[in-house]
Amino acid sequence: MVQVGELKEGDTILKLEDVHMSFGKVAALAGISLEVKKGEIHSIIGPNGAGKTVMMNCINGLYKPQKGSIYYKGQKINHLRPYRRAELGISRTFQKLELFGGMSVLDNIRLGRHIHLKSGIVSGSIYVGKTRQEEIESRKFIEEEIIDLLEIESIRDQTAHMLPYGLQKRVELGRALALNPELLLLDEPLAGLNLEEVEDMARFILDINEEKRWRVTCILVEHDMGVVMDISHRVNVLNFGNQIMDGPPEEVQANPEVVKAYLGEEDLYSTRR
Amino acid sequence: MSLVTGIMVGGIYALVALGWVLIYKCSGVLNLAMGELTLIGAYVTYAFHQIGVPFFFAVLLTLLVGIILGFLTERIFLDRLIGEPILTVIMVTVGLSFFFKGAAQFIWGSDTRVFTPPVFSIKPLKVGYLLISPVYLWSFVLAIILLLVFVAFFKYTRWGLSMQATADDETAALSLGVSARFVYAAAWAIAFMSAGVGGALLGNINGINISVSYLGLLVLPAVVLGGLNSVPGAIVGGILIGLLQNFAGTYLDQFFPGGVKEIAPFVFMVIFLLFKPYGLWGWERIERV
Repeated sequence: MVQVGELKEGDTILKLEDVHMSFGKVAALAGISLEVKKGEIHSIIGPNGAGKTVMMNCINGLYKPQKGSIYYKGQKINHLRPYRRAELGISRTFQKLELFGGMSVLDNIRLGRHIHLKSGIVSGSIYVGKTRQEEIESRKFIEEEIIDLLEIESIRDQTAHMLPYGLQKRVELGRALALNPELLLLDEPLAGLNLEEVEDMARFILDINEEKRWRVTCILVEHDMGVVMDISHRVNVLNFGNQIMDGPPEEVQANPEVVKAYLGEEDLYSTRR
Repeated sequence: MSLVTGIMVGGIYALVALGWVLIYKCSGVLNLAMGELTLIGAYVTYAFHQIGVPFFFAVLLTLLVGIILGFLTERIFLDRLIGEPILTVIMVTVGLSFFFKGAAQFIWGSDTRVFTPPVFSIKPLKVGYLLISPVYLWSFVLAIILLLVFVAFFKYTRWGLSMQATADDETAALSLGVSARFVYAAAWAIAFMSAGVGGALLGNINGINISVSYLGLLVLPAVVLGGLNSVPGAIVGGILIGLLQNFAGTYLDQFFPGGVKEIAPFVFMVIFLLFKPYGLWGWERIERV
């Protein structure tokens, strides 16, 4: 199993340098720079269309920025295809669910293990020796770590697209975790969930970030300010592709420019609670 | 009699249909060059057979060539189309079909080629009171074996699973470390292989000329009937079409002399689709295409 290695807590795990990405004449990202430290929950907030998801897609490799560099653990990853980045330990969930709808929950999660199964196509087909060993380990990992953590034991054999939305979101998180990532991109994990589900999901994110077993660095794009301010170590604010500010949650909440651009005049916490 | 022949020919159709379904399943593309893949498969087997390779090994070699051609096709023509609208890719397969047909005629000419010496004896086998020509029997057996192999591959291997995943949601599959390029290449390789063997077998029955490629179209009803993305559907559909063709030939030909045999499957397909627009086992999402 690939274990978190070289980086210490607090080292820079991901660095964006002056990243530009435009679609036609619309600049979705106009020179964004930011650093994410290992062990943090790093949130990115901003109004709709601020470029949050575009940024996630650039980090994950679905988009290629026209200018600027992206470093992961000191290595420049601009040119790598998404599947290579996944192998390096970058995993993600999607704003609009992207589950494999026709497959069972378990199959969805197992697909996330895909890259950790090293044996080739022939031995992989006949299920002996090393393959068997791998298969057992991977099964243990999935059952004991992921399914337990996310409390989805009861739905493991159900077809993904038949599940209620909140549970689908959870399964998607499980699938992302199956990669055993070091860096997890969470694109609006709370959107569309009810209050109870939001609390559960926030708890899972904290678990993933804090528990010794995981210690996953998270980049969180989210609109639920209550949760964002509660669980983040650091917050970036984007607006129209520009970065307005970057700092710990308390400072961000106090910044008048941020309040004007995004948070509105009201009290931050009035949206929820 | 026509029942048995129908089923046996249907086995070959099922093979070709399988290739069609695989590509559709992985990429959402209707591969309109399927018939030409069959044609090339037939010619390649023929070429190997001509230089003295026993038929069985010639088929194995055809499989190998199929893999190579599949990967090449993907790399040269389709790789740059990943992420483009599906319709674009379908149009490219139309282009590919002309290209392959032309290439085959360029290399092998347009005369009908026959396997010489014949691979299978002409003397019919007696099974009970039925007379079956060995060509059909062996074709059927070979087709069934290959079908089982492909189905098992899809169901039980990791590659099969990742192919299914890519079909379902390319973006998500990419983010999980599945290489879309590889998956598409593998799908084309498998399609080439199954179509190639189908062509080789068919070539034994009718001889090889350009008309083998019409099989590509003939298989369309089989695929649609079974549901565009269902592997078992393709198999059942293939056999069904084989049956229909032969029944039409036997029973309808006397009333409507001429090519009833050729048209019947299509007529049936249209009627069938009126009642079941997604085929027997297709996902209802098919409508997106």
